[in-house]
Order: sequence, then C-alpha cells, then structure tokens
Amino acid sequence: MSDTAPQPTTAAANPPVQPLESNLLPSDVVRISATPDVPQPTRQLTKVAKLIDVSKCIGCKACQSACVEWNDTHPEIGENIGSYENPHDLTPDMFTLMRFSEWENPATNELEWLIRKDGCMHCEDPGCLKACPAPGAIVQYSNGIVDFIHDNCIGCGYCVTGCPFDIPRISKVDHKSYKCTLCSDRVAVGQGPACAKACPTKAITFGTKDDMTALANERVEDLKSRGYENAGIYDPKGVGGTHVFYVLHHADKPSIYSNLAENPRISPIVEGWKGVTKTAGMAAMGVAAAGAVLMGLFTRNKVEPEEEEAAERLVQDREGI
Amino acid sequence: MNIDLTRRGFLRLAGAGVAATSLGAMGFGEAEAAEAAHVRAFKLTTTTETRNTCTYCSVACGIIMYSKGDVKAGETAEIMHIEGDADHPTNRGTLCPKGAALKDFVKAPTRLTRPRYRAAGATEFQDVTWDEALDKIARAMKDDRDANLVQVSEAGVPVNRWTTTGFLAASATTNETAWLTYKAVRSLGIVGFDNQARV
Amino acid sequence: MTNAWTDIKNTDLVIVMGGNAAEAHPCGFKWVTEAKATRGAKLIVVDPRYTRTASVSDYYAPIRPGSDIAFLMGVIRWCIENDKVQWEYVRNFTNAALLVKDGFGWSDGLFSGYDEEKRDYDKADWDYQIGDDGYAKLDMTLQDPRCVWNLLKAHVDVYTPEFVENVCGTPKDRYLQICEMIGECSAPERVMTSMYALGWTQHSKGAQNIRGMAMLQLILGNIGMRGGGMNALRGHSNIQGLTDLGLMSNLIPGYLNIPTEREPDWQTYMSTREFKPLRPGQTSYWQNYSKFMVSFMKAMWGDAATAENDWAYHYLPKLDVPTYDVLRMFELMKQGQVNLYFCQGFNPLMAFPNRAKLTEALSKLKLLVVMDPLETETAHFWENHGQYNDVDSASIQTEVLELPTTCFAEDEGALVNSGRWLQWHWPGGSPPGEAKNDTWIMANLFQKLRKLYQDEGGVFPEPILNLSWNYADPLDPKPEELAKEMNGRALRDIEDPANPGTTLVAAGKQVKNFTQLQDDGSTMCGCWIFSGCWNEDGNNMARRDNSDPGDAGMFLNWSYSWPVNRRILYNRASADMQGKPWDPDRKLIEWTGEKWEGYDVPDIGVTSKPGEVMPFIMNQEGTSRLFTRGMMRDGPFPTHMEPFESPIANVLNPKMRGNPVSRVFVDDAEQFATSEEFPFVATSYRLTEHFHYWTKHNKVNASLQPEFFVEISQELAAEKGITGGSRVRVWGKRGQVWAKAVVTKRIKPMQCDGKTVHVVGIPLHWGFMGAAKKGWGPNSLTPFVGDANVETPEFKAFLVNIEPAAEEPVA
Repeated sequence: MSDTAPQPTTAAANPPVQPLESNLLPSDVVRISATPDVPQPTRQLTKVAKLIDVSKCIGCKACQSACVEWNDTHPEIGENIGSYENPHDLTPDMFTLMRFSEWENPATNELEWLIRKDGCMHCEDPGCLKACPAPGAIVQYSNGIVDFIHDNCIGCGYCVTGCPFDIPRISKVDHKSYKCTLCSDRVAVGQGPACAKACPTKAITFGTKDDMTALANERVEDLKSRGYENAGIYDPKGVGGTHVFYVLHHADKPSIYSNLAENPRISPIVEGWKGVTKTAGMAAMGVAAAGAVLMGLFTRNKVEPEEEEAAERLVQDREGI
Repeated sequence: MNIDLTRRGFLRLAGAGVAATSLGAMGFGEAEAAEAAHVRAFKLTTTTETRNTCTYCSVACGIIMYSKGDVKAGETAEIMHIEGDADHPTNRGTLCPKGAALKDFVKAPTRLTRPRYRAAGATEFQDVTWDEALDKIARAMKDDRDANLVQVSEAGVPVNRWTTTGFLAASATTNETAWLTYKAVRSLGIVGFDNQARV
Repeated sequence: MTNAWTDIKNTDLVIVMGGNAAEAHPCGFKWVTEAKATRGAKLIVVDPRYTRTASVSDYYAPIRPGSDIAFLMGVIRWCIENDKVQWEYVRNFTNAALLVKDGFGWSDGLFSGYDEEKRDYDKADWDYQIGDDGYAKLDMTLQDPRCVWNLLKAHVDVYTPEFVENVCGTPKDRYLQICEMIGECSAPERVMTSMYALGWTQHSKGAQNIRGMAMLQLILGNIGMRGGGMNALRGHSNIQGLTDLGLMSNLIPGYLNIPTEREPDWQTYMSTREFKPLRPGQTSYWQNYSKFMVSFMKAMWGDAATAENDWAYHYLPKLDVPTYDVLRMFELMKQGQVNLYFCQGFNPLMAFPNRAKLTEALSKLKLLVVMDPLETETAHFWENHGQYNDVDSASIQTEVLELPTTCFAEDEGALVNSGRWLQWHWPGGSPPGEAKNDTWIMANLFQKLRKLYQDEGGVFPEPILNLSWNYADPLDPKPEELAKEMNGRALRDIEDPANPGTTLVAAGKQVKNFTQLQDDGSTMCGCWIFSGCWNEDGNNMARRDNSDPGDAGMFLNWSYSWPVNRRILYNRASADMQGKPWDPDRKLIEWTGEKWEGYDVPDIGVTSKPGEVMPFIMNQEGTSRLFTRGMMRDGPFPTHMEPFESPIANVLNPKMRGNPVSRVFVDDAEQFATSEEFPFVATSYRLTEHFHYWTKHNKVNASLQPEFFVEISQELAAEKGITGGSRVRVWGKRGQVWAKAVVTKRIKPMQCDGKTVHVVGIPLHWGFMGAAKKGWGPNSLTPFVGDANVETPEFKAFLVNIEPAAEEPVA
C-alpha cells in the first residue's frame, strides 16, 4: 500500500484537453466599467487569490516566461541598462515582471536582494475599472478577478492612471490596454495561473483567498523564526484588499521592494470621477460631439447624493495635487 | 461640485493628448459594451498530450507537450504548448524560465531543416541531400582511417588507435542515441571521443 | 548525485558552494525551499557573488574564486578541533583507522614524490601498510600516528581561520559562523546536504574541491543519509547518461576503462582489475569487473567475441596518453594533426576555452561535421560576423557539413537525471523539414562506412564488419531495441547457482539486472549499471507511479534508477553498526535481524550482517576514503592550490603555479597572464534565464536577459569610472570582449594576502547565431588548461582587465 504523492498547494493539476464549460460566465461579473447597473449575480464564486511569497522568490523569471507562453505575447529583445530587470518595465507583451532591488539592511548590515514579481494586483476595489470610460472594457468577476475585455477597450489609458500600482500598458500596435488576467481562461476551467503553475519554488501559489491567507500566515511565522521581525502580509486595505498579495520579509517597508506602494488607494480624483461625474467631466472637456451616445450613458447613470458629496470631498481634500 | 477643479485633475489623470480626444474618437460606437464579458477560449482544448522530459538541465523535469495532430497515430503533429507535468515527483508541474519557453526552442527560426554543405573557402552553405552528405562523410572517414589508423605501437603492441578523427557526443540526446554512437565510434578505433561532461 | 532531487526536502542544512542551484537548477532547488518551509532547514551560500541562490539564503559568505580547498580544509580542521565529528561513523565507515606507508608526506604545498620535470607524482607511498595477511593494517583506537585520521589532522593543521580569511577573502566571523552551522550536523540526527556544480569542477583542481566536501560530509556522517550526500547538480539533461555510457576517451559504459597500450592483452588488463578486498569479509563489488566487461564485449561484437580471442580485446583501441579529451584534440587540431571532427549536439567554439585557438584549430580541419537541431557557432565558425566573428572565410579551407537533427520533442528514449533516474520520453511533434533522429544519422553513416569496408576492404576492418547490429531495420534502430541491448540478455541458458540444474535466465531472455551477468560469454550487456532498465518486466524507465511510501522522497516506482533502482547511494551508512537508523525519523533501511529492508533498495547484500560487511561495497576497504591512496594525480588529500592565473602567489609555496600536475601545452603556458598585467579575477557562469548557448535561439529567453553584460562591484566601477548600463571592454591575455556593465552591491572587493581583489563576473550565453543580440562569451578570454584528473577547463578563475568603452561595436 502506498500513499499518494502530496500535491502542491497551488492549483497545479495538468490542464484538460477535453472541451470543458467555462466556470467564469458573464453572469458572474459583479462590476463593469462605465456601467452602473450590473445585475446581482445569482451565485457568489469563492474568492480566489495568488500569493507571492517574496521570501521564497529566486527571481528566475519562470513566471515571466510562462506568462508569455500562455498568453502568446511577443516581448521585444531589448537591451541591458545595467540591471537584471528585463524588460525594464511592464509592457503590453509582458504582464508580469521581476523587479530587483539591492538593499542593505541597516539593522543587520546584511545585503538583501529583494526580488518582487510585479503585475496586476486584482484589487477588490479596482481603480482601473473605476477610471475606465469604456463600457464593458474592464470587468470584475465575483471571484475577484479583474479582467480586460479588449474588444471594448478604446485605449484611452485612464486605467493606467486609475491604477494605484501603475500596471496596465497600452499597446502601440492595437491601442488596447493589457495586463495580467490572472489567467482567467485557466481559472475558468479549474486551473491556476500559468505563472503559479510554473513557479519553481512555489513562491507563487494560487487558491482560495482564505487558503492563501492561511498559507501566508504560516510563512510569516517561519520568517519571524528566522529573525525577520517585521515579516508580514501585504494585502492593502486602501483598495479593499487584493487578489494578488504578498508575503514580505519587511512588511513595514513595502517601498524597499522596488517602490511597492506604501498605502495604495485609488486616486481621489478617480474616486471623484466615478459614476456620473466622470461623464460630466467629459462633457465639460468639450466632448459635446458625444451627443446622443453620451446622453444614453448619462441617463442610465444613477448618481446618489452621497456619492457626489463623497467625490467632492475627496477632491477638495486633495486640492492642489 | 467644482467642475473646474475636477477637470484639472482629469487632465492630469489622462494626459493632455488623451484628454483632448473626443468620445467619438475614443471609439464609442454605442453606449452599450460591444462584447459581453468573456474569458479567452481555453487554448488546449482538443489537443494531443505527450509526456516528455525537459531537454535543458539534468533536473529532468517532466513536461507535457500539447500538439495539434498525433504522431502516435501517424499524423503530422505541431507542438503548440508545453508545460510542466504535475504528476512528476521532481518538478510537480513547475518549470524554470527555460523550460516554460520550450515551445519556442522547438519552433526556433534557427532550427535546421536540411543538410547543408560549406565548401573550402566558401562564404555560404549550400543545400545537399542526406545521401550526398553521408556519402561524403563515410568516404572521408574511410580514407582518413585507412591512412592514419595506428595499428601497432612502437613497442609492437596492437593498439587500433585512430587519433586523426575526433567525435564530440551530445549531452541532450537519449541513452539510446549515446549507445549507438558509442558502438559506432569505438568500433572504428576513435579515441578522440568526448562529451559535454566537462563544460 | 549520491541522493535525488526529491530527497533534498529531508535535509536540515543545505550548503550551496561551487554552484548556484537556484539559477541553474530552479526546479530542483524547489526542494531546498521545501526543506526550509517544512523542516525549518537553513541554507548557506558561499560564492564570489551574492547570487539569486544567496538571495533566499539564511547565511552568505563571499569567497575568492579558486580558493575553495582552503575553505573546506579549514572547516574540517575546525570540526576536528571542536569535536564536531560523527565518531562512530568515522571510525567504522571511513578509512580513518587504516595505516599509511611511512614514505607518504606533505610539505611546501606538495606531497611526497613530486617530479617537477614530469609534472607528476610518484605515488608509490600514497598507500596503506599491508600486513602479512594481505590486508591493510589498522588501528581502531586512532592512536597510531600513521593512521589516516592522524595524517588528516596534521594535513589540515595549516588551515587556521586566519589562513582561510587571508587566502579566501572570507571574513573570519562569517567563516566561523558557517563552521558552527556545519558543525551542528555532526550529530547523528542532523544532516547537511552539499549541492555543487561547475563552480567546483571548472578549476585546475576541480576534483579536489569536491573531495574536500566529500571528506567533510564523511566526517559529519552525512553520506548515505536521507537529506545528506554529495549532490553534483550536473549540467545538460543527459550528461549523466552520456558519462554513464562512457562517451569519453578513456571509458567503457558503466565506468569500465579503455585499456592503455601498457595492457597489451586481456590477462594484463584484468590483472589490475581484480579488486581483492583490503579488509576481511568486505564486498569489493568491482570483483565482478570481468562479468561486466565480457558482457560489454559480447554486446559490441557478438559471436566475434569469444573466450579464445579474449573477447575480441584486440578490437579495442589502446591509449598511449591518459585521454584524448577535447582540450588535447583541439591542441592536436591546431598542430594540424586532426583531419575530421564530429560535433553531435555540441558547440565547442563557444563551450571551450580560448576561442582564438579554437578557431585556428577548426580552420585546420579537412572536414567538420555538425549534427544539431540548431545553427551553432561551431558550424558557422568560418562565417564572418563582423567583430563578433571576424574571420576571413576565403582563407578557411575546412569543409563543413551541417546535419539537421530532431530535438527532444520529436525523439523517443531515456535520459538520466542528476539523481541517476533513467526517465523515458515520447515524441509529440513532427521533425521540421528533413531533420532526422540522431540514431538514424549514426546508423546510416555507419552502414555506409561498413559497406565501403565490405566493398573495398581496408585497414583492420574486422571491428567494423563484426560490430553487432541486430536491428529490425539496420538503417533505423529503434529506441526499444537499443535500450534492451543496454539492459542485456542471456545468450544461452544460465544455470541458477542457488539451485543447480535449474535455469536462472533462459537463452534470449532479458537479464533481470546485472547480478545475473556472467564472464563466460553467456550474457551480453551494453551498460551494466543500467541493467534492469528494460528486463522481462518491460520498460521500467517508463514507470509513472508517483507514490512515495513514508513520504521518504524515494519514488521507487517512478522511472528506474541505477544501480538496481537504488535512490540513495551508500544507504547502508544511514544505519549504525547494529543496523539501526542513525536518525529514526530519517529511516532509509534497517536490519531486521535477518535482512535489510526499508524505503530504498539496500546498498548492501540484503543478508550482509551489520558490523561485518561495511557500507561502501564498491571500495576494496569496505569503507569510504578520507585518504584516496594513489587514485588522484594531485594528492590523497586536497591541498590548497592557486588558479593558473591568480592575483596572489600560493602562500604555501610561492613558486608553485596552478596545479603542479595539470597538463599544460607549451603554447598555452606562454599565454597565462600575471596579475601585474591583468589585475582582476574573472569568473564565468550561466544566468537562470538562459541555458548555455541554446536559448539564444529562443526569443522568449533572449528577451528576459537580452544583452551581454559583465558584473562588477561599485568599488571597481568607481575606480575605473564605469557606470551601470555603459559599455566596457574586458580583455585578457587571449582575447577581448565588449559588454554592458552591471554595477552591483552583490560583488564586493576582497582582501587576500594583503591585496584588494576585485571580481569581474562574465555570464555566458551570447554568440553570433540565433535570435538573441549578438555578443561574446567568456571563452574568448578563458585559459586553455584543465583539471589534473579529468581535464575540466579552468573557467572559474582567470585574470582580466576592464575599462570603459565609448564606441558601439560595429555589427
């Protein structure tokens, strides 16, 4: 009698080849850009999350490679500018990027090479979606995945600025915005994202948000036992928590990880523009030509008084930004 | 509400170029989303799976190759995706940045597709047939061996040693290739025989 | 590897030194992160550079390239001094107690018997004292001053912490911290694993680097243990298999040897291969050498190999020099003494040292044949690529044939991984164009050549005409047929010695494994250590049951591991003298009172009693060896030697350059640099984004690390006025390259023997073919000299200079 080999914690089963029904349906969408009246889904999918344990990451870029292969992107062969980071930033053809920083820990005088996988955080409260003026270009499923529907994208770039993590990138080829989909096509058939499947050291794992949080807590304990007193979880509340989140050895200093946002939140201006105010803003810009089309949108937008007040307050708070 | 203020913010948000674009130019044909939310079609559906081992390092990760067409059924098959085999005890489905991009090795534009010959002093290769290539090599080998095989040492000991031809064997080929290569090379008396173990 | 990748999860402490596992073997390295996450294991990295492995380590220390022996001998000294020794293991399972001849000694960095003229040692005294009973003498109390243990103590005495700091550049406090961490693993229930690769082999004393750690692991009692061992990470996917199959100048499959011309006949050859036990009752398994050898000769020449003709011994080539390795062949080529050269999936122009010399050598060939799936630099060495390959094509008279082969995806067969697992794989894609399997190419070529000998006659045609070639299609032998040949079969009925009159194996049947091989010509077997891989049970290499009883990490029903499906070599040593596991939580096998059993295939006769038969059954002593007798050319203990190109003189003997017994060709000796001319220490390595020179044909990998660069410290950058991302020139005695500069805190200057030593890191990958940006490799700069025992080139420590370079190279 033999035991079964333990399976990895990530959803790393082998992909199916038989036709399967997608488990991520239009009816599972809970938010749609520039579309306020999203019907309440009849079911609530379990919240998912990708955990990136920076302390286990070896910066091998398997995630980048697997991402390119799965998503059939074609990154350019660039140049070396004195760093291991290649390409030098996220691009429409590179949805995820290892960012490297050499940090001398003042407490120990030890060099630490902090390597962080950057990419879409799949915010519970997604700034990109809020900023997006194109109806249906950005959607959020009830499991937490924020996905771009490229057929609806107009390439305006609002999502880039709306994003507190500076993630989406606009293609110069087709003028559409691109970012990590959390491999929604894989998740839809019960698979984990390509990067999580590939990750050699299981620095990237994928599962339910609850399971990933429990795993993250275990990892934090291990790190504390190794002397990382400030080890912790980065799951920023300013964006309602994220469906891609980190274990950091120095959770008290996110910015040492290649400028990971200390306290990310959607820009108050984007908050201010949400709902009807955004459309009003466009009108004020002199986009009168939008005419009936704009009106169509406008009339369907219901602006709650509280929302309007909140927007105003936020913007006024940040006056002069 | 202070429209002017928010407008300034808006401009800063969007960037002047984009902000100046009219809604019509932004591509709104209709107020409705053109496409309902949908995820990308799962690309491995109805492909053929084949178990293999990563060709790169000696961790020897298990991989699954997904192809259109099935070589086992005698069909022409094109590999369209490769990923780690989750059943494999060593890699458990994971792959490194090389292994994860194996498909692009298989389909590299610089894969060789036909035998080529470079003449002495030439600046280019020219295509040749397999028969031409192998005939030329066999002839060159026989002529060289017949001329240079050291049959006996100075001390009169039979040594059957051929030093003027050398053979470097691969390190990513199978045991079966290696064994057949061993047999052929050793039967000829080649001693300048080596593989990549050192480098 | 003595152990397996999956076994690393069982360790308490990982030391990565002489390798960079996270970058070179990421998916194997997962078992390190697994051990850390689930067992609380620690990771130590000792490397000239703070690597990506170091980035997840618990403790890192820098070391000057080429000074590892001093470090390792220092750790051994520290362990002995601080009583961090697994005494029962050392006393019983190593040769610590055996007495060595009085003539053996060491002084001034050299062992007794050195002959400067010959660059060789007379090793007669590097051996045991033999008693009247024919066995080696010993003193189990370890009191005799001539016992190995006391000689070792004396040998390592010079390697004080101060010596280590001075020679290695490793700060003393860091070195001592590592000693403490390692020392804890001398406890029977604490285990360390050593993971190393080319960072140790690619030195002129590479084999001795590895010996040093192996000795330390024996002293700690970590060999044969779950989570322990000496784990050579190895390189290419089947480099283990190619080595096992003896595709080397001096080898026969299964680590048998090609005869030398001092062995003119079978009797002489076998007389030095009797392997009589050196201690009473010991196994000395190599006593079966003749069975493996005769079975090999029958696999080669079938009926033409008979007892009467000494199994066709005269067909085998006899060597006049130790090896015709790659370095020697290129030297001969340069001298115009090689006419034809084959590269089967090998790119020596990029992979061997001193590219200028290689180009000159290749230009003197009559015919170069390259079989490869890809366009290699070697096949295109005659093609002008501007300054990346600045040759005059018209003046190169070498003819070249470039033959397209299939790659793994289109090919069937087995590969052997670092852990000795033979894993079968299946083809899933159609070959591109006219590409052919290597087996097809070799078969067709051989058959054409054989036909020429049949038709025309020729010099000594018998070995060619009589080569066994019993394949259904002689022009296309199938992997199954070849695998079965390697496994071996009975050529006639073999009687069962345990039950006379009954048949053990019937004629024509596959042997179960090598224990059934005979030396009377009744069996054939291509590679005895693989025997068992495809027996009457079928293709055991294709087994895919990933169950793992006891969560031990052994996976006995997954593929097939040599020898006899054993997963951890020397696993008998995981139990004490009574046969009880040293650590009950890490049981591998144990003695039941009647036999050995457990999670792994016992590495001992299953009924061999503990306390009588010692664990190291391949050795004549029955024990492991802290003292290797005369088996290595450069000494029975490792001694500190500098690289041939070094920033400082050998502190043990300033007159000694490099390894005093390495083979050096005259022209190459003239091209060794001194630190006056070239002040900086260069070291070469591979980046995790790349696999040697293959992945530059792959746009994805090329994009992940696109352009040739060198890495230097901030201090050196400041000294030379180099900024990160700018272009630099790096040059040495043998060539020059241009690269982008990566200026990093991960390399720091070291203080060695009063000098500041700067390291220049030069990754390899780039060349002038493929999808990646054109560039150079470190081997335009590296010295043409190898390890004294195995001729692995000294790529990891050589001298260069560096300066800012303004101009873009002209493509």
